[in-house]
Amino acid sequence: MRGVSIIGVGQTPVGEHWERSLRHLAYEAVAAAMKDAGIEGAHAMYVGNMLSGEISGQSHLGALIADFCGLRGIEAVKVEAACGSGAAAVRMGYLAVASGAHDLVICVGVEKMTDDVGSKLTAALAQAADADYEVAHGVTFVGLNALLMRRYMHEYRVRHEDFAGFAINAHANAVGNPNAMFRKAITLEDFKGADMIADPINLLDSSPMADGAAAVVLCPTEQAHAFRGKPVRIAGSALATDCLSIHDRHDPLWLQAAEDSARRAYAQADITPADVDLFELHDAFTIMSALSLEACGFAERGKGWQLAVDGEIRPSGRIPICTMGGLKARGHPVGATGVYQIVEAVLQLRGEAGACQIHNARVAMTQNIGGSGATIITHILEVQE
Amino acid sequence: MGIPGSWRLRNQRLSLVGEVCHTCGNKIFPPRDVCPHCAREAQHAFQFSGRGEVYSFTTVFNPPAGFEEYAPYTVALVKLEEGPIVTAQLTDVEPERVAIGQPVEMVTRKLRDDGHAEVISYGYKFRPRITTD
Repeated sequence: MRGVSIIGVGQTPVGEHWERSLRHLAYEAVAAAMKDAGIEGAHAMYVGNMLSGEISGQSHLGALIADFCGLRGIEAVKVEAACGSGAAAVRMGYLAVASGAHDLVICVGVEKMTDDVGSKLTAALAQAADADYEVAHGVTFVGLNALLMRRYMHEYRVRHEDFAGFAINAHANAVGNPNAMFRKAITLEDFKGADMIADPINLLDSSPMADGAAAVVLCPTEQAHAFRGKPVRIAGSALATDCLSIHDRHDPLWLQAAEDSARRAYAQADITPADVDLFELHDAFTIMSALSLEACGFAERGKGWQLAVDGEIRPSGRIPICTMGGLKARGHPVGATGVYQIVEAVLQLRGEAGACQIHNARVAMTQNIGGSGATIITHILEVQE
Repeated sequence: MGIPGSWRLRNQRLSLVGEVCHTCGNKIFPPRDVCPHCAREAQHAFQFSGRGEVYSFTTVFNPPAGFEEYAPYTVALVKLEEGPIVTAQLTDVEPERVAIGQPVEMVTRKLRDDGHAEVISYGYKFRPRITTD
């Protein structure tokens, strides 16, 4: 297998893009990434997306987006793994380059959520769960996370406000990110007073639905210096799966696929959690941040929330997370999110994260989660000398 | 869900029929043909008692399409006496009086009335336990 590097990144602002369609958003991110890498063509494209069929009535995104980007004829296909679609597309691009099948690959995550609103969008998102045995009983995606959060609070005797630090950190960091949806700090009082969505999850536990697209360009590590940008090496890449339903997990409060994919990525990169300078985790809800930190070895079981209470997740802390706002405040255009995380990690490693810059960042980790934990993709990125 | 899907799931939805693994002895719901505990084939039907306790719960205020008329409603993870956990609605309860560990039992209720497809789906919900052994 060949080493793989990222030589270009691009993104659109995350938000409500009423003027721009699915294909326009994808093009904007791809064009920016190609310009960043200084390339005019590519051999393959992998498109991460969850909801296009359901919300925009549009399937078959591989051909659509490749053609719309001026790349008609290349290999192109959509990759779907619910909210994990974006990083899953990058994983497929990684495999294509590592295997020697392709030399220049574009991975783009795109989601257009605002073409529908309300209960239809809620139903579309719920398709990440088991249609016959979860969704048929009226459970929503927020509801599934609420079931986890209530059990977590019960089992580990944690108060709701102990999760506040996750949302406060994300919002504080988003202030410095020009592409973030909510560039506005929040307080503990805001968190405690937010409207309830599915008890105990309130509005400020939750990431917002949004439109957006992000893209990366991959090539073999040995060729990366031939391009004009500052390359970042993919030191670890792993995708693991678990059962689709929370009720089928051996321990509902343990993200087995997070542990499995992180362990494989650490081994491939030959690092331990202590070597990670920043971690873009999947904070779709505050509870997921706690579970992810625990499964990846940054906290003991049942103690992930403590890192938020102690401020260890802030830019100056032991393990900075959501350094450019995370899903919570950058926004969560579901199938694009995993690519946004990787784009942000690349900016950090290049020293181009502006006001969000983590001092002397050398090793970054990203983790994208599909559903409530059934598909989890972990990447470890390093500065390429 | 359409008529074929509802018909296919009738034994699970209406009778809580799962499986038992003859290799490791674990009870399985929903049925899945390969035992999640020992990965051997497990296709022997097993009738669950319908008794269990609340493992976790939440109240849904923002329902998905098709469930608007029922909101708010309480959804729970119910740990069955025989071991598996199922996702189901609670019924005949005040949301604020539900607690983790509360004994519950299965009843058959209307899950959803899909006016467009003219299908009324019935299936299991759980209520606070009122029957005795």
